[in-house]
Amino acid sequence: MPHHHDFSSRHIGVGAAEIKKMLTALHYASLDELSRAALPAALLGTPLAETAPLSEAQLHEALRTIADRNVCAKTYIGLGYNPVVTPAVITRNVLEDPRWYTAYTPYQAELSQGRLEALLIFQQLVMDLTALEIANASLLDESSAAAEAMNMAFTHHRQRRRKFFADSQLFPQTLAVLQTRAAPRGIELIIGEHTQVSLDATFCGGILQYPCADGTIPNLSNFNKALHAVEALAITSADLFALTLLPPPAACGTDIAIGSTQRFGLPLFFGGPHAAYLATRKTLLRSVPGRLIGVTKDKRGGPALRMALQTREQHIRREKATSNICTAQVLPAVVAALYAVYQGAARLRTEATRINELTLLLRRALLELARGQKLGPLTISNASCFDTLTIAMPDASRQAVLQRAQQQRINLRTDVEHKIGITLNALTTVADVQELVALFAPQSELNWQDLQQQAARESAAQQWRAQDFMTHAVFNNYQTETEFVRFVNRLVSKDISLVQSMIPLGSCTMKLNSAAELQPVSWPQFSALHPYAPAQQTQGYRQLIAELQQMLAEISGLPAVSLQPNAGSQGELAGLLAIRNYHAAQGQGQREVCLIPASAHGTNPASAAMAGLRTVAVACDRDGSIDAADLRAKTEQYHDQLAALMITYPSTHGVFDDNIVAVCDIVHTHGGQVYLDGANMNALVGLARPGDFGADVLHLNLHKTFCIPHGGGGPGVGPVAAAEHLAAYLPGDPLATGDKASHALASAPHGSAGIFMISWAYLQLMGSAGLRRATQIAILNANYLALRLTPHYDILFRGRNGLVAHECIVDCRPFKTIGLDVSDIARRLMDYGFHSPTMSWPVAQTLMIEPTESESLAEIERFCAAMIAIRGEINAIAAGELPRDDNPLVHAPHTLADCMVDSWTRPYSKQVAFYPLTYLRTHKFWPAVNKVDHAYGDRNFHGGLDQQEVAP
Amino acid sequence: MEFPRHLFFTKDHEWLSDDSDEFSVGISAYAVEQLGDIVYLELPAVGDNFAARESFGTVESVKTVSDLYMPRNGEILAVNEEVMQDPEIVQDDPYGKGWLIKVKATAADTGNLLDALSYQKYLVQEEG
Ligand SMILES: Cc1ncc(COP(=O)(O)O)c(C=O)c1O
Repeated sequence: MPHHHDFSSRHIGVGAAEIKKMLTALHYASLDELSRAALPAALLGTPLAETAPLSEAQLHEALRTIADRNVCAKTYIGLGYNPVVTPAVITRNVLEDPRWYTAYTPYQAELSQGRLEALLIFQQLVMDLTALEIANASLLDESSAAAEAMNMAFTHHRQRRRKFFADSQLFPQTLAVLQTRAAPRGIELIIGEHTQVSLDATFCGGILQYPCADGTIPNLSNFNKALHAVEALAITSADLFALTLLPPPAACGTDIAIGSTQRFGLPLFFGGPHAAYLATRKTLLRSVPGRLIGVTKDKRGGPALRMALQTREQHIRREKATSNICTAQVLPAVVAALYAVYQGAARLRTEATRINELTLLLRRALLELARGQKLGPLTISNASCFDTLTIAMPDASRQAVLQRAQQQRINLRTDVEHKIGITLNALTTVADVQELVALFAPQSELNWQDLQQQAARESAAQQWRAQDFMTHAVFNNYQTETEFVRFVNRLVSKDISLVQSMIPLGSCTMKLNSAAELQPVSWPQFSALHPYAPAQQTQGYRQLIAELQQMLAEISGLPAVSLQPNAGSQGELAGLLAIRNYHAAQGQGQREVCLIPASAHGTNPASAAMAGLRTVAVACDRDGSIDAADLRAKTEQYHDQLAALMITYPSTHGVFDDNIVAVCDIVHTHGGQVYLDGANMNALVGLARPGDFGADVLHLNLHKTFCIPHGGGGPGVGPVAAAEHLAAYLPGDPLATGDKASHALASAPHGSAGIFMISWAYLQLMGSAGLRRATQIAILNANYLALRLTPHYDILFRGRNGLVAHECIVDCRPFKTIGLDVSDIARRLMDYGFHSPTMSWPVAQTLMIEPTESESLAEIERFCAAMIAIRGEINAIAAGELPRDDNPLVHAPHTLADCMVDSWTRPYSKQVAFYPLTYLRTHKFWPAVNKVDHAYGDRNFHGGLDQQEVAP
Repeated sequence: MEFPRHLFFTKDHEWLSDDSDEFSVGISAYAVEQLGDIVYLELPAVGDNFAARESFGTVESVKTVSDLYMPRNGEILAVNEEVMQDPEIVQDDPYGKGWLIKVKATAADTGNLLDALSYQKYLVQEEG
């Protein structure tokens, strides 16, 4: 039956006639014949269990039914997740704007100045509130940020000090994640009371929550002094919003501050995605994990932004990197930054003060009732507070309070025995406080007016921070909606995203992120839920999660799936830790060698290091496949120590390795496990299942293959799928009690649950046949593209029958001899309106192109035309028609500033510079800056807003 | 590319000012070319001791980071503070102002040092 509402024909960019044309050009009769030629026969196995596609209307009906099983309750659970109003202007112009959410990580600086500027504002916001000198542009969540800080302390002391102190009033999920992350690195985690700990020179650092989980505002200076007395690093997990009132961590001696920025305008999302921050002193600059935005200059000397000091990161330093993080939380960080811009310091301070007054009001009301014996014995555990009270009471009355709360759909913190936690938030009013008090004393009379006045006086009398913050102009100039919308638009107009043109990034799968898949993210019944809300309120989410797990298990051929990891890197860590813990449980704890091909993605060795495994490289042969002889030699050499082989399939070289089944067998014979990096699953879904051909563990990138938008550099979701024998070692609920280790790697039990429905929707909209077809088209498009470019460029690797998988690598090394660097081609593509393919990875001086199934033939041809035209320019340079140091490639990108010069003296025309192909006359992107000077920015790191931008 | 005749070289692309017991160490013009724009150097403290072929620091460009290897067993006598402030000096003058460390040898291990000609031959082999 032909569907007028067939979603897959909207998702897939090419129609029947185009498919026929491309197949004919490649000399194949059908898509199936092409698949059979490209993939090894041994892989083409079980098709997916058949599922019918839903229409967009059916999809929304189905998701509505699921959403209706979630209950929006009033939430006072706290634990780092606090309701806040997302201004509609931000929802509409940032969160739901494809110009923001479909962009890629800003590696190509010249066409990413808008989100780089937003991220620089994010860094400045964090620097201001913590009073520390540098801040990074986002980590995955608060708990993983705490683990990153612990690692910084450990490496700061050259791994010689093995103890790390964590205060027991850290959020419990952070303690759980620190536990998971400490052991494999050989760190001994000491949990205790920060006021009583005895430290010595075996401690590399210590961490305290500020304010503490129970609400206390601790004496941060005293704790930090104790740490400094033994030269340990002082780490603070600080609520960034609370810092609008509290003395900043740096003023209390903190060396590293971390925390969540969720309170800066992001919904709870049942746990994520939210951006975490990490700030530190200048002296620790080189050990900062993750991305840092820095200021530099462009070729014309104007200011320009870029990602700085990348030699710290996994893609360069691999197993010696400061962290395994790659995809971060760019979109949530952009929201947090722009929320701060829209609010300004005064509004934020007023709001924080209001919340503090309400908290003091609640405290006074409860204590007064307790004094008047209007309720049973009750004490408030924390002597000081910002927004949180911990109330201790006998179990019987505690039970009664919780019962009333449950009836009225009011969620309180209940995970601590004999206690109740209440954290107030931006939505809380005086009426809410009265409602909360009534839970404790249903029939009470209080003079609320008096109490309110007393609370306000008490709040005003506290020692709040003296230091200014957010004084730069940007935090003062855009607080009307009109000005704000224009500011946001000015930023985003500087960037290329999928709304302009294809982003052919190999290994990144920049496919369609359809509006129908994304819309439900904003539904309150998905976005307003707290990750630790009672299970009966989150039935819809539980169904969604179970169904998504089941679908991903079906696709991967591996039955156990954890959706917790917040990015591919975290999925890798989860999978490798599962392998490590499994071996240990078998009495094979000595298995610590992880074989990784030289061509692996940087996160692979970096994750292995985080998992406490030793990386041993395996060679690749000339086709880019694993060198079987070397693999045999290495597995024999490490027969007793082999933990795993980490391999990408199809390979990072974009080919289907014929030997994959044999490779898996060799590893298994030597007692190792096969870890499959699933970044390239877009070449396999519906055609072959990793679990069937030998993988034991696999991570998927929902932000690649399964349509979660890249967000300009995150959020991601990196589920890990595993065989039955590894199931018990996958990440679980960080707050789970009992004797089983939870192996938790994230703050929330289900990580970034708030965006799971995107992938769920994609799978439902496509159906099993649509998914298989999408994979076949991804392979077809890549091969057609390779065919079109073959007369002009060398395609570096090809697999069976001369075919590539879903991407292909173009060799630019030969152009070195005429002085051209691959980055010159990447920048020249900007003049043609394109984002460069993946540059210099996995092979230096190459471009890796992945068109995905979503691109039309017309767009692929347009891209090829640009590549071919550039080849013509390269030929002209080689022939001496254009000087090596004065040609359209070395000067690229060409900006309006170039166009405005009075006399054009270049040896090529303006036409060549700006409009080298005719489509550009109607379809032109103007890069905001000229070629960015990377070396200058790295030699002179500056990661904040310019001082001149301070408001008068 | 220049390889001054009076210097000695290692296969890790360091140079030594001479083969006596006190010498300075830097990186060769070939290493500089391979690295590209040098942006950062991490160098040891005076008084540190290293075995031959042990890493005594790192050199970073925008795109790569490389270990610096000790050419002989030795103790650090001096460190070039100027290049740490301004790493571009190494690029501009690798054999002169771009020296990195001064070393006092702690063993008579000059066996693996190459003279300029042998080093150049070695580079040709490597490239081929
Ligand atoms: C082959 C490969 N492995 C792992 C990753 C890491 O995934 P993530 O960026 O989500 O951490 C990537 C992503 O860039 C990749 O291409």
